[in-house]
Amino acid sequence: MSGAHAVSALGAVRGVGAAAMVAQVVVVIGGAPLLTGLMRQVRARMEGRAGAGIAQPWRDVRKLMRKEPITPVRTGPAFRAAPLLLVVTAGVIAALVPLVSTATPVSGSADLILVVAVLALGTVSLALAGLDTGTAFGGMGASREMTVIALVEPTILLSVFALSIPAGSTNLPAIVAGAEHHPGRLASPAGALAAVALAVVVLAETGRLPVDNPATHLELTMVHEAMVLEYSGPDLALVELGSQMRLTVLLGLLASLFAPWGIATGASVGAACLGLLLLAVKVAVLGVLLAAAEVFWAKLRLFRVPELLAGSFLLALLAVTASYFLTGEGSR
Amino acid sequence: MLTVRDTTPDELPAAAEQLLADGGRLALVAAHHDADAVRIVHLFVSGPPDTRTELHTRLDPAAPELPSIARLSFPGGRFEREMRDLHGVVPLDHPLPRRLVRHFHWPRGWYPMRPDAGPPPPFAEPEGPYPFLEAEGDGVYEIPVGPVHAGLIEPGHFRFSVVGETIIKLKARLWFVHKGIEQLFQGRTPETGLALAERISGDTAVGHALAYCLAVEEATGTTVPEPARRARALLLELERLHNHITDIGALCNDVGHGILNNHAQRIREHLLRLNHGITGHRLLRGGVVPGGAVLQALPDRDRLRALGADIREVVALALNHGVVLDRFTGTARLSAQAARDLGCLGYVARASGLPDDARRSHPFHDYGETLTVPVHDTGDVLARFLVRAEEIDTSLALVDHLAADLTPGRTVTPPARDHGPRAGNGIVEGWRGTITTRVELAPDGTLSRVKPVDPSFFNWPALPVALADTIVPDFPLTNKSFNLSYAGNDL
Repeated sequence: MSGAHAVSALGAVRGVGAAAMVAQVVVVIGGAPLLTGLMRQVRARMEGRAGAGIAQPWRDVRKLMRKEPITPVRTGPAFRAAPLLLVVTAGVIAALVPLVSTATPVSGSADLILVVAVLALGTVSLALAGLDTGTAFGGMGASREMTVIALVEPTILLSVFALSIPAGSTNLPAIVAGAEHHPGRLASPAGALAAVALAVVVLAETGRLPVDNPATHLELTMVHEAMVLEYSGPDLALVELGSQMRLTVLLGLLASLFAPWGIATGASVGAACLGLLLLAVKVAVLGVLLAAAEVFWAKLRLFRVPELLAGSFLLALLAVTASYFLTGEGSR
Repeated sequence: MLTVRDTTPDELPAAAEQLLADGGRLALVAAHHDADAVRIVHLFVSGPPDTRTELHTRLDPAAPELPSIARLSFPGGRFEREMRDLHGVVPLDHPLPRRLVRHFHWPRGWYPMRPDAGPPPPFAEPEGPYPFLEAEGDGVYEIPVGPVHAGLIEPGHFRFSVVGETIIKLKARLWFVHKGIEQLFQGRTPETGLALAERISGDTAVGHALAYCLAVEEATGTTVPEPARRARALLLELERLHNHITDIGALCNDVGHGILNNHAQRIREHLLRLNHGITGHRLLRGGVVPGGAVLQALPDRDRLRALGADIREVVALALNHGVVLDRFTGTARLSAQAARDLGCLGYVARASGLPDDARRSHPFHDYGETLTVPVHDTGDVLARFLVRAEEIDTSLALVDHLAADLTPGRTVTPPARDHGPRAGNGIVEGWRGTITTRVELAPDGTLSRVKPVDPSFFNWPALPVALADTIVPDFPLTNKSFNLSYAGNDL
């Protein structure tokens, strides 16, 4: 009797966890264009323009989906697979990262290194697609993107390492759950340094100012846009959606790591619903803050970008060092 | 002070060398197909005092050839190449005898400016290959850009040879917008030619119209009344204002600082509406007419002062922004020597330390003490930005000063049909630089030849020179800081 009860309770835990995971993915897919729309709207209003409305990116997706798919001659599988890979990798990260709940069926696999690797997979597949087109712009964008990613990935790893030292694990749900139960870990110097470092690389990774200008039409200055110039129609819709999902997931990760409050750690449906609501609020707030900040920023000279990213790497390194000593790991 | 001299082809290089050595600048070369000869006019100018010297060289119409002055004057070499492509006049011993205007598909042996050219034949046997110079070496790759661009800009093809991100060579191939304007002028009356002159480069309606009108008035011996000259000076400054603030915003936009661009566009819109009230056209068409000027209203001086304060705020915000300033500083330097050798004009020249300004050297109106000519000598994007920002201040002061004694209305002395020397030059400091137009009239008073020269013709070769060793992502910013006209360059 009690055994059956325990099994059904376990089933309920699994059910809520699975539902939370599905909700994460659905919310990221559905919300990513809205986040972009919100950010553009905030920027437009701050610049004194009317703006196209928050739903405009979804309307763009609808428009692009109706168009005829066109593949440039002599492009291979890299070009065709990249849009799908970009969306799928972003979707996988959305499932892995503890955005709503730390108790999902995949939380045991949600390792930090895996997440960074999947993130890189999406970026590299897009860079390969840029090279595959054989155009000067594709190659130029791919080369710039690779320069950026080479500096970004280690910083992401390091800054999350700084947070993983107190948790004693590189498992993201464990880090988040630990921080939620011991908020003091975040208020440490290590937490602050890691937060800044991670915020900078999120800007670089998602092609925002001051690293890349998402609104430019100048082919020669582009990083991300140069790689995807040859895409059109449904493929372009996927590329745009994938990029928007990456921005959403990375902002969500930032929120989960440094403001984990409200993320469900158990099997309660109410907690999961609250987690979902808070996720939307936190990501929207971060997006609005980013959009507002971008109004006052300008794009760095391309050769200054490595300096910025090296600076964020240094902060991440300091965060790891601080975390190592301040948690007493060094004295053991 | 205009001097007209006839030279033989053999005397031409020596005469040109003497004029250049005396501080002259080659402002214009035009070919004319007279009944018995092909007549080439070289116009050399210097000032102050306003000095203009025309050399008329007659060539055999069966085989028009003249000795090249390309080794004496770089613009001279380009005028000769343009003349060969359009008129079939062959420059002898030209050091760079490549095509300039003629694209690959132009029919062989067809020269549109010859009187017997007729309508353009269909695209036929091409002139032969038109290759780009290839830069070779380890890791050199080419980036072809254009002629169709992503933004709303005119067509031009740029071929970058790049190592990593550093430009080692840039070739700009223009001449995609050949409209045959010079020939469209022929046979029109001076009054109907005005509409064409206003459309040579859409953003320079006043500049080109004024240069054209000055040339027509010199050719007909017309004296323009003082209030009309004053009104013309006012319109010229209003044109400078709206173009300069647009580009100041665009420069900020190109470094990703869009908010200043939005404000610059707002200010521009206010200025264009002001223009609409003054001439009935947002780009100031219809204000300058042969023999005078027409003002429907005067600018609201308080409104202009308020806009001036807004402009100064935009400029200050740009210059106080660390990243924006960093992007501008040291980017794409054009040395004073290069600017002088290439014959650069306008703010491009003044940002590289050359203080030339046709409002000083070839004045059509006495500006008095209000006119200052800002000069910077670093030759980078920042210098071009600063020159234009400071010119806005000067223009605002001039508009304020000029508008004080003006009244709205039409002030025109109609040009006489059959008086005057039948040929004339107009030199005007348009917003982009010095515009020179030469007009000849037929005995019946219609236009027999009009040759306008936009400053872009002189400045385009400076862009690749300034870009050597600049990185590719800084090209759009540099290009915007020059902001040369494609339409005015390719008539």
